[in-house]
Amino acid sequence: MTFDWSAIGAFLPMFWKGVLVTLQALALGSLIAFALGLVWALAQRSSLKVVRWPVTVVTEFVRNTPLLVQLFFLFYVMPEWGLTLSALATGVIGLGLHYSTYTAEVYRAGIDGVPAGQWEAAVALSLSRRRTWTAVILPQAIRRVVPALGNYVIAMLKDSPMLFAIGVLEMLGEARQFSSQTFQTIEPYTLVGVAFIAIAYPASLLLRALERRLVR
Amino acid sequence: MSDITWGLWELLLKGVWITVQLTVYSAALAAVVAFGIGLARTHPRWIVRFLSGAYFEVFRGTSALILMFWMFFVLPMGFGWQLAPMWAAVLTLGLTYGAYGSEVVRGAIAAVPAGQREAGIALSFSPAQQLRKVVLPQAWPGMVPPFNNLLIELLKGTALVSILGVGDIAFGASLVRNATAQSAPVYTIILVMYFVLAFALTRGMRAVERHAKAGVGQAPAKRSRLRSATGPAVTGTAARAEGEAR
Amino acid sequence: MSAEHSTPNTPPTVGDGANSGETELIHFDKVTKRFGTHTVLDALDMKVFAGKHVTLIGPSGSGKTTILRLMMTLLKPDEGTIKLGDRYLTHEEKGGKLVPASDRYSREIRKNIGMVFQQFNLFPNMKVLRNITEAPVHVLGLDKDAAEERARELLELVGLTAHLDKYPTQLSGGQQQRVAIARALAMRPQVLLLDEVTSALDPELVAGVLDLLRDIAHSTDITMLCVTHEMNFARDISDCVMMFDAGRVIEFGPPEQIFTEPENERTREFLSAVL
Repeated sequence: MTFDWSAIGAFLPMFWKGVLVTLQALALGSLIAFALGLVWALAQRSSLKVVRWPVTVVTEFVRNTPLLVQLFFLFYVMPEWGLTLSALATGVIGLGLHYSTYTAEVYRAGIDGVPAGQWEAAVALSLSRRRTWTAVILPQAIRRVVPALGNYVIAMLKDSPMLFAIGVLEMLGEARQFSSQTFQTIEPYTLVGVAFIAIAYPASLLLRALERRLVR
Repeated sequence: MSDITWGLWELLLKGVWITVQLTVYSAALAAVVAFGIGLARTHPRWIVRFLSGAYFEVFRGTSALILMFWMFFVLPMGFGWQLAPMWAAVLTLGLTYGAYGSEVVRGAIAAVPAGQREAGIALSFSPAQQLRKVVLPQAWPGMVPPFNNLLIELLKGTALVSILGVGDIAFGASLVRNATAQSAPVYTIILVMYFVLAFALTRGMRAVERHAKAGVGQAPAKRSRLRSATGPAVTGTAARAEGEAR
Repeated sequence: MSAEHSTPNTPPTVGDGANSGETELIHFDKVTKRFGTHTVLDALDMKVFAGKHVTLIGPSGSGKTTILRLMMTLLKPDEGTIKLGDRYLTHEEKGGKLVPASDRYSREIRKNIGMVFQQFNLFPNMKVLRNITEAPVHVLGLDKDAAEERARELLELVGLTAHLDKYPTQLSGGQQQRVAIARALAMRPQVLLLDEVTSALDPELVAGVLDLLRDIAHSTDITMLCVTHEMNFARDISDCVMMFDAGRVIEFGPPEQIFTEPENERTREFLSAVL
């Protein structure tokens, strides 16, 4: 095997551009996943069947079908409906929507994990519904689920190369472009692969440390 | 939808068959890896635990799609092994989901009370007998629900092969889209196909779970959802965090 | 003492309205509560006049805690009505008819009722001071400074001024329960419900909490409904002790009478087991 270190040097400028796009997609996708997941979780606790039922169906469907196909769906179908977005924006929406169905389950578990006594104390103090949620239940639920949410950020990171399939030049996209221009294949793919482990492994160590601190 | 001719439907159905094959082969490899690595991670020798732990950390840190590219493009150039895209995919999915599965195996074994193993020792079972006759039968029912979740993740992961040009469902979809210039119906149909496959897998795993639980005298849990009550599989990193969050 | 001693053919009544303009504050009228096929409360009638302290005793599962939870609107009765003063607690009057109370109505009326729980149920995400000011500020609409001043007074009463800036998990069980008592008092309730407030405490912490409650019982005119296994405490604070068995009051009367010469066989058995 011949590993050409100079090819790494030549790839680096494109690589950094790719890293930036990957991190952008990850940050925006996470924001959508965190916010939308909370909406799903609260909707699934609604007392109204017309709210609960469709949300359950949609989230189950999205969670149990491939992100890649969902990305194609958004990429090709949204313009047919008159909504044309950049590939990156489409990718961010797809990533965020897909993972919101996972974070919804995380929030759900977190909310269910708040002891019944907390609800009862809120009743005993006559706190309003809104105040009970915002001051008592959600602060406790979210604190408990931070590590689990972090896990899904790492899972999203590892799924972000799929965005290349709809033309986003994230890390894998840049590697592919570089190799088609220079016919150097080994080096860019290896660098990108190592980069993922180099980000994901310390991130997971960090999460485990965080988990030990938060889960008391 | 009327624009999709019988020939195009045939293309999609062939894609379903490829996806099913990919899922079965990858799952078989993943099961072998999960038990091999999972058991190695509970081995008394530290070097065995260290190496299997390293395997786990590396493969769960890797992006499946990038590993697939690496297997397909770098392995042949670097080592002269040319893998058919299908087998590059099976290898990738099997090794990756096997790593996640090893955590399930390790966790379920760790959850068997120490007294059970001690009872095995008291009956002079060999370590292999303890494992086979005492530990694994008790750990197995706990593994089935998280395996179900991983299996669905793996099914979803098979869609990646379409990028390498393997003719699975997702690949069929892009061909049909090109032929009919209609995206919404095509992608809706294949999303439903994946959903039906996921549903079938869950039904199958429920039957396995019922059988496994009956084997240790427990009643099956009641569930209304597609995924297991343990929540969706964390294919991210610290898989333990989710249990703690509940 | 105005509680008459009786085995209930007459419904238990605590206070008689004869003294100094006492008013009837709590009125259970044929209240029945079932869990599935199990009847926990069987057509209970009960009246408690303002300012009285009532202790509910009896074997577990006899319905004592259910009464407190019904009062707090944590449970809804299957039959019968509960009144607080001249207003219904569980129902509201609409067009001359009684209908089950709406959320808004329940919330409004239960402002007058406070509860202290066996497991404290302090909010772990709030410091001690905010645990106490949260409801006065957001429910009663007190401004923050006034609420904090009142909270400080209450913390002094319960002897925890030094801990106002700590989180509940940094306190002992006894300290947490004293904060919970301060939190309930901060709402200036007419009725205070005490649900086995010392059962979850280590034995050496029980006395401090009971002394505090004795203090409150003797120095305020709050009406108290108390479920406890601490019979000495019950003897000290109660105007009336009610003995429950299988969802019914089988005997009630002033503590000295119930504890020294109970008439009912079941009461005697129960007391000899716990005393």
